[in-house]
Amino acid sequence: MSDPMRIRAQAQGDKTTVRVLVGHEMESGQRKDAAGKVVPAWFIQEISATWNGKTVMSAQWGTAVSKNPFMQFSFKGGKAGDKIVVSWTDNRGDKRSDEAVVT
Amino acid sequence: MERRDFLTSSGATALALAASTGLTSAHAQNASRWNKAAFDSKTLADAAKSMGATSAPVESKDLILQAPEIAENGNVVRIGAQSNIANTTQIAFVVEKNPSALAAMFDVPAGTDANVSTNIKMGQSSNVFALAKVGDKFFYAVKEVKVTLGGCGG
Repeated sequence: MSDPMRIRAQAQGDKTTVRVLVGHEMESGQRKDAAGKVVPAWFIQEISATWNGKTVMSAQWGTAVSKNPFMQFSFKGGKAGDKIVVSWTDNRGDKRSDEAVVT
Repeated sequence: MERRDFLTSSGATALALAASTGLTSAHAQNASRWNKAAFDSKTLADAAKSMGATSAPVESKDLILQAPEIAENGNVVRIGAQSNIANTTQIAFVVEKNPSALAAMFDVPAGTDANVSTNIKMGQSSNVFALAKVGDKFFYAVKEVKVTLGGCGG
């Protein structure tokens, strides 16, 4: 099972900045193992974030996103205690969802 | 009679199981709105086209691409883009010389800043593009990133 995401959401002024660190191999499909066989691609395809249930970011990723992906974005609104939920789906159909509160 | 019941019910269960697994995989594929064509593209123009562009992307000074001049490790290259063009609805990153040029695309809903960053892999030194979708127009910004150690092969 995948590791929990690290999500930090900080409200400052009229904006909230969200930083997400995801634990995922993000295997590119270009790499070969010791036996010379191509390691199949295994990567997050979709990731989205909601703020109190409203979608504030949705992204599609390819194999070129780094291992243990990082993403940062910001949106208008948000105050301490608001709920941020980040969810991803990878190309094997695995999913994960984690939440954090705005500080 | 009991035995017959058991047979029917186990048969039904097996069918249900088969159906549900079949459905799950079909569902996983259908649920995905992942734009395969865009991620298969090899050039900026192709990526833009498969994201819905009807004309070639235009360079814009109002789109700011943050990328290092030299990336020592191609496995982790921090890039970011900020679009100061009103009504930007999508920001994408394209690496010209990567096996699949499109690295990531971000939807920017109303209320979210057109300013995102992420980490990407680069196989070799290449032009990196930020691509912004505004209405039905596409704008780009470009920067050359020199990679000391590639992050795709091995």
